[in-house]
Amino acid sequence: MDWAASLELVAPETLLSISGLILLLVAAWAGDTYSRGITWLTVAVLAAAGIMVAPALCGGAMGGTSEAFYGQFRADAFASYAKLLIYAAAGASLIVAPVFFERVRAMRAEYPILVLFAALGMSLMVSASDMITLYIGLELNSLAAYVLAAFIRNDERSAEAGLKYFVLGALASGIMLFGMSLIYGFTGTTSFAGISAALDASTGGGLGMGALFGITFVLAGLAFKISAVPFHMWTPDVYEGAPTPVTMFFATAPKVAALALTMRVALDAFGSQADTWRQIVIFAALASIVVGALGAIGQQNIKRLLAYSSINNVGFMLIGLAAATPQGASAMLVYLAIYVAMSVGGFVAVLMLKDADGEPVENIADLAGLSRHRKVLSLCLAMIMFSLAGIPPLFGFWGKFVVFQSAVSAGLVPLAAIGIAASVIGAFYYIKIVKILYFDEPAMKAVGKSDWMHQALLALSALVISPLGYLLTLWLGGLADKAAAALFFSA
Amino acid sequence: MDGFPILTLMLAVPLVGALACLFANANNARWIALGATLVELALGVVLWANYDVGGAQWQFTERAALFAGFNWALGIDGIALMLMMLTVFLMPICIGASWKSIDKRVGEYMAAFLLMETLMIGVFTAQDLYLFYIMFEAGLIPMYLIIGVWGGADRIYASYKFFLYTLLGSVLMLIAMMWMANEAGTTDIPTLMAYDFDPKAQTWLWLAFFASFAVKMPMWPVHTWLPDAHVQAPTAGSVILAGVLLKMGGYGFIRFSLPMFPEASAQFAWLVFALSMVAVVYTSLVALVQTDMKKLIAYSSVAHMAIVTVGLFAFNPQGLEGAMIVMLSHGLVSGALFLAVGVIYDRLHTREIDRYGGLAINMPYYALFFLLFTMASIGLPGTSGFVGEFLSLAGIYKVSSWVAFVCTTGIILGAAYMLYLYRRVIFGEQRNPDAAAMRDMDLREWLMMVPIAAAVLWMGVYPESFLAPMRADIAALDARLARAQPDGDAQLKMGALKPEGAAEPAPAHEGSH
Repeated sequence: MDWAASLELVAPETLLSISGLILLLVAAWAGDTYSRGITWLTVAVLAAAGIMVAPALCGGAMGGTSEAFYGQFRADAFASYAKLLIYAAAGASLIVAPVFFERVRAMRAEYPILVLFAALGMSLMVSASDMITLYIGLELNSLAAYVLAAFIRNDERSAEAGLKYFVLGALASGIMLFGMSLIYGFTGTTSFAGISAALDASTGGGLGMGALFGITFVLAGLAFKISAVPFHMWTPDVYEGAPTPVTMFFATAPKVAALALTMRVALDAFGSQADTWRQIVIFAALASIVVGALGAIGQQNIKRLLAYSSINNVGFMLIGLAAATPQGASAMLVYLAIYVAMSVGGFVAVLMLKDADGEPVENIADLAGLSRHRKVLSLCLAMIMFSLAGIPPLFGFWGKFVVFQSAVSAGLVPLAAIGIAASVIGAFYYIKIVKILYFDEPAMKAVGKSDWMHQALLALSALVISPLGYLLTLWLGGLADKAAAALFFSA
Repeated sequence: MDGFPILTLMLAVPLVGALACLFANANNARWIALGATLVELALGVVLWANYDVGGAQWQFTERAALFAGFNWALGIDGIALMLMMLTVFLMPICIGASWKSIDKRVGEYMAAFLLMETLMIGVFTAQDLYLFYIMFEAGLIPMYLIIGVWGGADRIYASYKFFLYTLLGSVLMLIAMMWMANEAGTTDIPTLMAYDFDPKAQTWLWLAFFASFAVKMPMWPVHTWLPDAHVQAPTAGSVILAGVLLKMGGYGFIRFSLPMFPEASAQFAWLVFALSMVAVVYTSLVALVQTDMKKLIAYSSVAHMAIVTVGLFAFNPQGLEGAMIVMLSHGLVSGALFLAVGVIYDRLHTREIDRYGGLAINMPYYALFFLLFTMASIGLPGTSGFVGEFLSLAGIYKVSSWVAFVCTTGIILGAAYMLYLYRRVIFGEQRNPDAAAMRDMDLREWLMMVPIAAAVLWMGVYPESFLAPMRADIAALDARLARAQPDGDAQLKMGALKPEGAAEPAPAHEGSH
């Protein structure tokens, strides 16, 4: 493994960091008046990085040729799949931002740059094949995210969100770091391959208590990042308080990164110990589904509702992880892609809900009878809700379908049955939104005009989650299978 | 018709119509919907005309690998054909029933109905397990909207109840389907119908499917969504609910539960019988005390569906054929009864029985049609109801005299509540001046009633037209079930044959004269 090959493999990350630094200088000199321009440049950079990672995915890169820097970094098909989703989600949350921030006079050139650095951190996370790389990526992403949550400095809710996110995020990092140190202590290495081999070798007399604690702590830290129950409490507060484009970013890109990272850690580093961590994952999955569903029922604010919905969705994805098979990993990746499309659509729709003065409408009761005066918007929102509930023929059903299919194939029939029965609880609050949109008498609150950029993005995500999305299943499934194969190649 | 994808066309026509309705104004939407459903009816007639009775079991098949994991596989047998015919026959009538009574958001309403039609046809034609599931489940969305947006006062509660009940039933079925696909290695329904699952696994699979179909059917005690949904739905919504949606449960039993899990079906037959017996007696008694006409008919639907379930689980051709005819007949008759309620509801805007009375005087034609459908619902010979109920009960009598006895009381109770309803609404003196002033049926209402009346009489007088396409399929199903057939309780013992010589002498003696 020579340096040139390694550098070539990290080219997308190099591009992101260099453009981030240059744009930071541009922002410092040119000032906030050029925010829009910088935003578009950032989108272009993300698109370029996306093009650069695509060949690894289509070619199904895996194994030695995809490893850089002596096993510190892995640019395989799995990482590329996650990166494409991350860049797309980050790009979407950049596109919707200027209109939102300009209204409150908070559009600053730092916003796109922070998103760019967060994307860089997430790139490192999903490519990590060593605990140290993992931690660097995670912290780079988190530091950018803390600032983003508090981006509207003069808004109390935003500041509160930033602080909460920081305190709890730091706690999670601490827990994870402690787990990593235990793992290092008991296996003598930080590389995933080494950990896997060491754990495998040590299981002759059962897994040591120390290593078990290490696994548990690392997974607990990761559960914080993916907002799985019981480490989910920060999610509704942060989602509600953060500016909506940032919430959209949090709900999509870091979620993809953290879930991909969890998959990599669980299936690669701890891949030989699937039976050990499976019960943890099953508990987190079922608890997330139930708590996410029950918590959402009483919510008055649509952003909080979507926060609980994301907890709920993470629960479904973890069912795929519990299967611990390539099919399960592939199902999770398919679900992730659909989840990103649904979340982007959902938050864009929230961004489009404005009253006559342009103030955002976030109270669910104010959406009553929206279908009378905003036909297309309501239709899209209703589609997103049915899709999140997993009702066929919308595309959200497909995500749940593949995940449960993998669980059934892996013999986890009771888990699948309980999980899917609990999904009915979730369906209640999704159809409640549809009821408010369609059945109730109009409140005529959300009457403001929408930006064409938002409309286009909403139309795109609505198209993806419509039944036409099923035409993507062959292609999406093929890519996810390649990515999952790469993940299991080294395991 | 070789190779022409008529089933896909039948799925596409209402779908395109639905999209067109979304963007049309109120009046155009009505005409588009009527046109689309009439085209669909014509296609249905073509389908029936080209259906080769006694030919291949699965006809008009189409196969295309369109999605990952499952196929666009369509095809029908006689059972599916009959239920499809019922669907396409009732749809134009439903559109007609909503012509004037729906005046808000007409485009969306018609779109929801046409979407519903696509999905119902999809359910009956799907030959792929997952495709079936998608069609089966997707029907929740338009029906939820129809009840919730255009329903009566308590529509929101009714729509939630409908949605969540049926969803909970169906999701468990999905897990069972995944397990089956995993075990058998195929999602092709005809293949699965011949696949022998391990009897132990069948128990669980059967229960999972039962959870879904029992709610859809609906069987006591999970029937409570039905009266709410019926009462709150607009007239056409009730017609389609009673006419076709309830048949999905019965279709599910006959297509999945029975042929795929024969041992488990036999094992759980007692459960079905018990629930059905309770349903027949209990819901008939409940129907007797209703003051709301739609609720009364809704409870009578539960009782009739219980006759269907006992017929299905009788494990013999009479029972199966009877169950199918009851389903078809009930689709027509209860649909017609809901229409009849709709006719007077449109005039007086109440469904309270006490608000009417003596309608025979001012609405003689209406009284005539109402009488015909009342009698058909009771099962008077000459109407469709008789054929189905007779066959079903004859089938179950072979298996259990007690079940047959209890279920037959349903016919007596049915006569009681239907005639009581008829007496209160049509006969007697005219207590309410506004009810006495109502006009008789207009042309539109005639056009809705006459075809159903004709079909009811046709099915009652010459049921062979409807039985013939299904006969081979039911025989195949019966053959499949033969190995698990439970013993009847009335074991007819053949007496010891009298010795040849003892029996012979008399004729021999006579012959010698």
